[in-house]
Amino acid sequence: MKSKNHPLLGLHSLLMMIFIYLPIVFIVIYSFNDSRINAKWSGFTWKWYSSLFTDRHVMEALMNSLTIAVVSTVVSTILGTVAALSMRTTGSKMRAGMNGLLYLPIIIPDIIMGLSLLVLFTQIHIPLGKITVMIAHITFSLSYVYVIVTARLTGMGKQLEEAAQDLGASSWQTFRYVTLPQITPGIIAGALIAFTLSLDDFMVSFFVTGPSSTTLPIYIYGQVKRGISPEINALCTILIAVSVILILLAQMFLNKGQGQKKTTLPL
Amino acid sequence: MHMIELVQIEKHFSGQVVVHPLSLTIKEGEFLTLLGPSGCGKTTILRMIAGFEQPTDGDIFLDGQKVTNLSPNRRDLNLVFQHYALFPHMTVEENIAFGLKMKKTPPSQQKERVEEALKMTQLTQLTKRYPHELSGGQQQRVAIARAIANKPKVLLLDEPLGALDLQLRKSLQTELKQLQRSLGITFIYVTHDQEEAMMLSDRIVIMNNGQVEQIGTPREIYETPRTLFAATFIGENNIFSSDGRLFAVRPENIRVVREINKASRKGTVQDIVYLGNVHKLIVQLDDEPMNVTAALDFADDRTWQIGEKVGVSWNPLHEVMVGS
Ligand SMILES: Nc1ncnc2c1ncn2[C@@H]1O[C@H](COP(=O)(O)OP(=O)(O)O)[C@@H](O)[C@H]1O
Ligand SMILES: [Mg+2]
Repeated sequence: MKSKNHPLLGLHSLLMMIFIYLPIVFIVIYSFNDSRINAKWSGFTWKWYSSLFTDRHVMEALMNSLTIAVVSTVVSTILGTVAALSMRTTGSKMRAGMNGLLYLPIIIPDIIMGLSLLVLFTQIHIPLGKITVMIAHITFSLSYVYVIVTARLTGMGKQLEEAAQDLGASSWQTFRYVTLPQITPGIIAGALIAFTLSLDDFMVSFFVTGPSSTTLPIYIYGQVKRGISPEINALCTILIAVSVILILLAQMFLNKGQGQKKTTLPL
Repeated sequence: MHMIELVQIEKHFSGQVVVHPLSLTIKEGEFLTLLGPSGCGKTTILRMIAGFEQPTDGDIFLDGQKVTNLSPNRRDLNLVFQHYALFPHMTVEENIAFGLKMKKTPPSQQKERVEEALKMTQLTQLTKRYPHELSGGQQQRVAIARAIANKPKVLLLDEPLGALDLQLRKSLQTELKQLQRSLGITFIYVTHDQEEAMMLSDRIVIMNNGQVEQIGTPREIYETPRTLFAATFIGENNIFSSDGRLFAVRPENIRVVREINKASRKGTVQDIVYLGNVHKLIVQLDDEPMNVTAALDFADDRTWQIGEKVGVSWNPLHEVMVGS
């Protein structure tokens, strides 16, 4: 379908796109620039990328980021899915309240979240480090998984499960052969988003990280204070690429499944 | 032999009575239809028999065994859902085998039963398709095949043809009836379509507002409706009142005559409807604010004019009391 929009509207969207993506384009371009000085283009090179992989600090931050992302993804995916499943059998008043509480971490500003977690950890004397960052990431990722899996469950309705029961399936069989396959795309999408959020998070991590748990975003922040280097551009480019791929994958899983209502990411 | 026995079952939803106390026995191999307008509680009754709703009061017996408190997966009957509820992630074959697989039927027997069900519903060509690759009519067949593969004692069908267009509905009605005959399974069928109910059923339960209006064979219900609702819900009827009693006379039992003095009531022809095998005259009565519909058979070759004065009468034997 072709709509006849005002030509200025097209121009407006174009300007918007430039506004949003120009900074990112610069980073990507200069990550391939042969010269150390950002402003001048002097030829194409991969060398900043290869030097990244020999940099001990970068590799350490990468390992920290991956460990934290994997652990927080696994835990938040399980917890979020279980929360979504169990919320279906609770009464409607209770559910409304719990829903609100589970949505909250999506809404409250990262800085508040980071600060409150920091206060909590120091109050109960948990030393800051990988564990505290993991806990923080689980806290916000869980809400996203919960929202996505809940949307999937709502879209599925009750009838398929009733049909399974009617055909003789026990509660466990109904879950195993009907409910789980139906919500799996949602669970995978939730996990991918949790992973991305963990990998990209700076603000919350910044509050609760310790000396030995520097993640990639925190490392980048530390480096940028000393000036922007081409290695940092390369590192950012990699992070952007990985995030975009993961989010696209997540979107693909959300749209998967026949006859299901399409859900979009609550980002 | 009673296959299903409902003993004073009733259902309330948040204090509101949706199904008034209902008792009913259904014979083995019977085709019983619950007929009534939308919202009268038909689905709720089926769901109580299937085990998805607990009756507020009363008991349900299946083949002599009390099942009131048994969970749905332990009742030897199957429900064909109004919107089919096929499993989207399974092929036609997997959908049909689901019940057998859950009950851990031996694989060789599973295969046999699935093939039998496929053959009976003419789905043999479509075994590897997914539900979203099927037309509405085909999905309906899968839903039925999935149920009959389990050889249940009773099959419950909730408006199974409701979502299909008229042409398809007609042909599936015939198929369903034949299927029920050859399987010999007891069918409890729900519909709001009176013609469908008349055509398929051994017995019909007419429901209105959660209450039974009448139970009887199609013939009994057509010829001797017990209530005003039953009289007007099934087929066309003319309702007259005299001395505070209400009675019904079917259009085919109304005689229209030109000799006005010989008739019990007089009126004016308001419309003439030609339907091929019957002519219908709509007559506006002079003394009462009502129209009478009279059906004339095809052998009647008198010509009628709109606006013509006529007399209508009937044999008192054809009057059916429907209330007071
Ligand atoms: N789970 C429920 N909670 C509350 N009311 C319900 C529920 N299920 C059905 N009802 C009400 O019961 C009445 C009968 O519904 P139903 O059995 O679906 O009618 P039918 O199948 O004859 O159209 C309707 O008024 C409906 O709103
Ligand atoms: Mg219904």
